[in-house]
Amino acid sequence: MPDDRWQPKLDQYLDSELSAEEMRQMDAHLRECASCASDALRRLQLKRATRLAGQRYAPSAEFRRRIEKQVAAKGRPARRWLWIPALASLVVLLAAVVTVGRWYERSRSQQLLAELADLHVADLASPTPVDVVSSDRHTVKPWFQGKLPFTFDLPELEGTGYKLVGGRVAYLEHEPGAELLFDVGAHHISVFIFRDRPEIERVFPAHESKVRVLSFHVESWAAGGLRYFAFSDASPEAIEGLCRLLKQAGA
Amino acid sequence: MSAHDASAGFEELALPLFDSLYNFAHWLTQNRDEAEDLVQETYVKALKGFGTFQPGTNFRAWIFRILRNTFLTSRTGLAASRTVPLESNNDDEPEQTVAISRETPESILLAEASQQQVQAALEQVPVLYREVLLLCDVEEMSYQEIADTLTVPIGTVMSRLYRARKALRATLAGKMTEAKHA
Repeated sequence: MPDDRWQPKLDQYLDSELSAEEMRQMDAHLRECASCASDALRRLQLKRATRLAGQRYAPSAEFRRRIEKQVAAKGRPARRWLWIPALASLVVLLAAVVTVGRWYERSRSQQLLAELADLHVADLASPTPVDVVSSDRHTVKPWFQGKLPFTFDLPELEGTGYKLVGGRVAYLEHEPGAELLFDVGAHHISVFIFRDRPEIERVFPAHESKVRVLSFHVESWAAGGLRYFAFSDASPEAIEGLCRLLKQAGA
Repeated sequence: MSAHDASAGFEELALPLFDSLYNFAHWLTQNRDEAEDLVQETYVKALKGFGTFQPGTNFRAWIFRILRNTFLTSRTGLAASRTVPLESNNDDEPEQTVAISRETPESILLAEASQQQVQAALEQVPVLYREVLLLCDVEEMSYQEIADTLTVPIGTVMSRLYRARKALRATLAGKMTEAKHA
């Protein structure tokens, strides 16, 4: 049964409405309590499904033009100064286009990251988080042959403090990729590798980036036509260490 | 501030929200023409009342509130508000969440549900719940922003969200079961 002390706060946790301290406490609890972790996963799936399903209706181009015209016309002061509001409207319109474009890209990147966070959480909650179970990179890498339209290199982890647990095929927007699971101390790190497509490049223009999603630390980078995402609740330094080894292996 | 400056400021704040306002309006009205009328009326009212908007406060919550209040006074909105779910009578009281049996195969149902099935379920959820789901999960508003938009206390937002998600899960589970037996 989910823990009665924590379960009522799961929705607030997933809606990022708890205080930073409570978020940390919930993170720690979810690592320990399989029942609450499973409940959190179920709620996260519903939240994500609602977000995707809710972005349903788009206005027609004709209606958009009508509203823009209506809004611009209200501020027109006098006919002889017609060019000023026209110019201002154009500037505002351009700014709006840029703002909407940025908003869209930010929203897209959040959507992609949320999808990956789902995969990470779902795998950790699963009794079989990986399909190939091996700490040997020479076993894990060949397992992906014929399953992915690309290949990648894995580093030797002997003596580094990191341990390869295994891997599985994951899908991001219907595109197959590799999901590799690593252990560092008591923490798990999921590393996702996908082909770097223009749609991903547009929302992650930076060659390398570090963000936080649902309190997970995420490091992302592009190399050799591939896009890597490392997800974990481990410290940013621990994630960075593994990412460095992966980058060196792929160099 | 001159009328022209105010208009430029309004455009800068309001036009980027056009797509979101339209999506929200269409979900509320379930009709393209009514959604367009609702958004148009919202922009007219917002532009007219822009002088009363306090710079530095939340413009998004302000304009969504105008849209929602305009909807509630429309024919469709009045009809929808008469269809209030029975459970909503106590929605100022904090919801006691109840653990759902681990055996409930909801994770499987959700994983198998298509986007169309979730959309159909969302359509069937009462407007009172649909709006709070859209503001939280689609618009990604904070509880405070939702409270400002709906002009209700945060506790009410939380309890409505809880009931809305419960209603959506139940509707979706029903749809999935129907589809399996069809």
